[in-house]
Amino acid sequence: MSDPASQPRTDPVLPTDPFVSSAAPGPASGSASDAPVIIECQDVHKWYGDHHVLRGIDMTVRQGEVLVIFGPSGSGKSTFIRTLNRLEEHQRGRIVVDGIELTTDVRNIAAIRREVGMVFQQFNLFPHLTVLQNITLGPIRVRGWTREKAEEEAHRLLTRVGIPEQALKYPLQLSGGQQQRVAIARALAMQPRVMLFDEPTSALDPEMISEVLDVMQGLARSGMTMLCVTHEMGFARHVADRMVFMDDGVIVEQGPPTQIFEAPEQERTKRFLAQILH
Amino acid sequence: MTDVLSTRPMDPPGAPRLPPPREERGIVGWLRHNLFRTWRDSIVSVVLLVIIGLVVVQLLEWALLSARWGVITQNLRLFLIGLYPADEAWRVWLSLTVVSVVAGAQAGTRGGYSRTIAVWLIAGQLTVAILALLSPMGPLVAAAIAANAGLTLVVQLATAKRPLPGRVLTIGWLVSLVATLVLLHGGAGIPVVRPDAWGGLLLTFMLASVSIVLSFPLGVALALGRRSRLPAIRLLATAFIEIVRGVPLVSILYLSSILLPLFLPGDLRIDQVVRAMGGMTLFTAAYLAENVRGGLQAVPRGQVEAAQAIGLSGVQIDRFIVLPQALRMTIPANVGLFISLLKDTTLVVIVSLLEILGIGRAVLAQAEWLGASFEVYAFIAIVFFVLSYSMAHASYRLEAALGVGRR
Ligand SMILES: Nc1ncnc2c1ncn2[C@@H]1O[C@H](COP(=O)(O)OP(=O)(O)OP(=O)(O)O)[C@@H](O)[C@H]1O
Ligand SMILES: [Mg+2]
Repeated sequence: MSDPASQPRTDPVLPTDPFVSSAAPGPASGSASDAPVIIECQDVHKWYGDHHVLRGIDMTVRQGEVLVIFGPSGSGKSTFIRTLNRLEEHQRGRIVVDGIELTTDVRNIAAIRREVGMVFQQFNLFPHLTVLQNITLGPIRVRGWTREKAEEEAHRLLTRVGIPEQALKYPLQLSGGQQQRVAIARALAMQPRVMLFDEPTSALDPEMISEVLDVMQGLARSGMTMLCVTHEMGFARHVADRMVFMDDGVIVEQGPPTQIFEAPEQERTKRFLAQILH
Repeated sequence: MTDVLSTRPMDPPGAPRLPPPREERGIVGWLRHNLFRTWRDSIVSVVLLVIIGLVVVQLLEWALLSARWGVITQNLRLFLIGLYPADEAWRVWLSLTVVSVVAGAQAGTRGGYSRTIAVWLIAGQLTVAILALLSPMGPLVAAAIAANAGLTLVVQLATAKRPLPGRVLTIGWLVSLVATLVLLHGGAGIPVVRPDAWGGLLLTFMLASVSIVLSFPLGVALALGRRSRLPAIRLLATAFIEIVRGVPLVSILYLSSILLPLFLPGDLRIDQVVRAMGGMTLFTAAYLAENVRGGLQAVPRGQVEAAQAIGLSGVQIDRFIVLPQALRMTIPANVGLFISLLKDTTLVVIVSLLEILGIGRAVLAQAEWLGASFEVYAFIAIVFFVLSYSMAHASYRLEAALGVGRR
């Protein structure tokens, strides 16, 4: 990934610049276990009616860590990462993000959503807004930036995700891969401390998957904390610090990719990996 | 083989690109294809063409030779402004001037559907000017109205070169609304003309445009209220919508004309026209709310989630994400609603207001014009058709323009 952003930063507010690996003060990929904790989940439960979907999730994520969460369909992966920014409410347990506990208090929810970016399987770009407006909406309305500043930042991000020339188009005029990269830029524009990805390449044609994974890899290198639900095992092997296998609403097993791929401890993990790796 | 490939590299050998078959092209081709394809088609086409031809000839013969169009031109002022005092009629033309300028500015700046509206406005005013020339209203009024049309065109051309900021247009429309009301009603130094003296096309226009402008925000608010998380608001909005939709407009007009004064302090007199506007606004808002609710439901859940994920508040999500998409989807339904509203203005005759249809009946009651009813109703039908069609036409253009980026 080309990196023209070694120019002096004009904006001291930015906590982490997603793509500047050399300049980033935080821990690089493969973060040490002494990095500060950014997400802390204790005994998280979630029911849909009588259906017990999350059955006690404990998880600690440190700053700069890249997690890949995988598991069978219906195991609760989406539900779990969506509880982290309150797109779903958890009914028992504790979730603390960047020192803020998720409660019913809307101020806490708003504060956490400012720090957590999310990328969806179906992109969910706003079809009535241009690419540029999609990206600047949050910074202008939530962060209170001026339009000029937000647009400047948006152009910078579009260059980083490799589509600087598409700013004035509407989302549906772009290819799937381009749309997903816009969606990543939109999330990054809020300068989040954590990025959540829910199967970001599952809706893409095969030839577009790598362009999105490349952007995600660049982001990981820059020291962003990332939780990715994905079955792209090549990405997991090369980029993840930790892999988390979920089944039936619980974390069955987790560990570094080498351990998960070469010596999984649990039978269920072994069977699932055998299935998806053919 | 090799030269075929070298001249047409994309064609597989043996599959040359050919022009379409000859008989499909041109007018003759079209006729043959669409009207005379088979024996049966041909017979049906000939019979229909003969019938249509006979009707058109008859109509033209009547319209050009025997119709008494004097009933329109001699009563033109009544048709246009009803019993609005003749000495004050300049105020109507002047308010049209204001609207013409703003419409021209909008058309020049925005193009697209705004230009469609401007074209209809110009054509309409020119037609009225010609009629005025043939009427006792005389050349001066005709010239004033024609000048309005010219002004629209001039402003449009000027602003096409130097577009105005969007904010100026919004302010322009607000100013023209207030200016129109002040000019027509009077006060601030000019003599008051009570709205109950408004009539004819003027009244039709005022009823329709005031009701449209007011029902829009009310309808949107009701639609949002119906989805509110607060049960009290939800209940109120739902009850209002269902009750109003369950009652015919005629009864709402009666009720607002009889009941409204009872709720107000005795010395406060509200004109019948204002009550009718209120009734039509409430009626239209209830239907509009249901259209908008349909649109709100059609906005995918993922849009709201994406907006929440970037931290927008609930109000911001409605304002920037959900409503814009919902309202776009409901343009066809809402324009349809506004066209019905335009035609429903004829119902105010039951609370003894004389919009254009009421004026038509009053004119026909004059001994002089007995038997000219076909002329009068044909004229009114044409007026309503042109108004409705111009709205529909502009909305097709608007939909096409908003379709950008939506496939
Ligand atoms: N809104 C909902 N209402 C009821 N049940 C739901 C809802 N959303 C998810 N579920 C159920 O919760 C369970 C977990 O769903 P979830 O979407 O988290 O699974 P997942 O691991 O992301 O699966 P996939 O790989 O198919 O995306 C499933 O059994 C699903 O049917
Ligand atoms: Mg899922």
